[in-house]
Amino acid sequence: MIEAVIKVQGLTKRFGDIVAVDRLTFDVARGVTTGLLGGNGAGKTTTISMLLGLLVPTAGAITLLGEDMLRHRYRALPRLNFSSPYVDLPNRLKVEENLVVYAHLYGVRGARARVHRLAEELDFVGLLGRPTGELSSGQKTRVALAKAMLNAPELLLLDEPTASLDPDTADWVRSYLEDYQRRTGATILLASHNMAEVERLCGDVVMMKAGRKVDQGAPGALIARYGRDTLEQVFLDIARNRTLAEAAQ
Amino acid sequence: MSALRVETAAGGAPRRIGAILLRHVYLLRSSWIRVFDLMYWPLLQMIVWGFMTVFLANHSSWVVRAGGVLIGAVLLWDVLVRGQFGMTWSLLEEMWSRNFANLFVTPLRPGEFALALMGLSMLRTIVSIGPAALLAIPMFAYSIFEIGLPLVAFYALLTMLGWAAGLVLCAMLIRFGLSAESFAWASIFVLAPISGVYYPVDTLPVWLRPVAWSLPSTYVFEGMRAIAIDHVVRTDLMVRSLALNCVYLAAAFAVFLYAFRRARERGRLLQTGE
Repeated sequence: MIEAVIKVQGLTKRFGDIVAVDRLTFDVARGVTTGLLGGNGAGKTTTISMLLGLLVPTAGAITLLGEDMLRHRYRALPRLNFSSPYVDLPNRLKVEENLVVYAHLYGVRGARARVHRLAEELDFVGLLGRPTGELSSGQKTRVALAKAMLNAPELLLLDEPTASLDPDTADWVRSYLEDYQRRTGATILLASHNMAEVERLCGDVVMMKAGRKVDQGAPGALIARYGRDTLEQVFLDIARNRTLAEAAQ
Repeated sequence: MSALRVETAAGGAPRRIGAILLRHVYLLRSSWIRVFDLMYWPLLQMIVWGFMTVFLANHSSWVVRAGGVLIGAVLLWDVLVRGQFGMTWSLLEEMWSRNFANLFVTPLRPGEFALALMGLSMLRTIVSIGPAALLAIPMFAYSIFEIGLPLVAFYALLTMLGWAAGLVLCAMLIRFGLSAESFAWASIFVLAPISGVYYPVDTLPVWLRPVAWSLPSTYVFEGMRAIAIDHVVRTDLMVRSLALNCVYLAAAFAVFLYAFRRARERGRLLQTGE
């Protein structure tokens, strides 16, 4: 039996009358990259925030790396990490300073050496002495990725990791993630709007709409099930409320 | 299991608290303007009240008898103000830089974060008031350090109240976001007229005195005047101030943790803007 690194059961989040996530249930197996796919307002970021403990669910259960996140999230947090282009590192600190601070927060021994090793790996040694606020989007993404790798996470949660990046940098990021996953056997959950990215990186896809899971499966299986050629077409079928039968016609 | 498992260091909570302190030391180190900004108001206040003391010394026997009581009062008042500012300022830095989500997906706990804010408050207080206290010696022949050991107690007691006020204001900022920012800068000053910073509590109307005696700061300023004017160390005042501080600090810590929990329920850690 394949071990589930992420187990989500009946996850619900309400903000007043608005139901942002509605009875979401899914598992992510160890060593698999899973895509959380859906349009704007589908509940992807809310789901990731609940997985990370930044947001308390209204109902449901979350187990990450075998730990109940609602009761013992501090047992799991040192073993996972997160990156999002919508969350900044302090702009006035130098890149190296930011990363050293986070290495200490994750309890990494030899923090400075670890930062330098990651800077070499992610090809930004020349940026270590520069204020973070002076970096371009692509450079910031590399630094944010280094922050996410400081503790060599077993579980990596990524919210739109290539948003607003040029195709070259986006491709570089995807290659890095593929390589990291292959080398370490880490589990990755990524929320994305980019169908090509999901098709390339993910072995499994959870399709969300209006806070609910509407389908789940490998990209190839979903494409076949909807009788389409690409995941983007499947996405449009779901977004436009076409049924499986209509989509197959 | 990750094949790249990195070695982790011992010292969990202290190490994480140290990381937050380090982050703000880096920030201060990166900008002399910020350091100057910390020192500016305490220096200015000390100079104004120093000249006021010189003027009053020629016109008031009370001021002659009390020596530099006004300069001492302004420096101690700044301990309280800077103690609170030091906490809220550090929290605001995290909000301005939209760093909350990154911070709280690490193993950093809210209680550790609050302790780090207290440490930062002490650091900022020393950087703020140290130069003013030292400059008062050559400028006005007044050394607050002559108070001796009770000065340490006054500093500790006012810092504790600054922390309590700071924790409550941090709770407001976490709960209401940057729209509550003006409270962070203005609300502490409501304590100045009630605490009897520059005058004895007896000066206040009778109905206001119980309010004054409910504040730990009042005992400190009365204690300072007892030393300056009567040359008596009033330990009873310090003990009462400490007892009140313990109650306020415990309550403020509870309010901070409650606000943090509510912020997690409402998603405020993700949206720390206005």
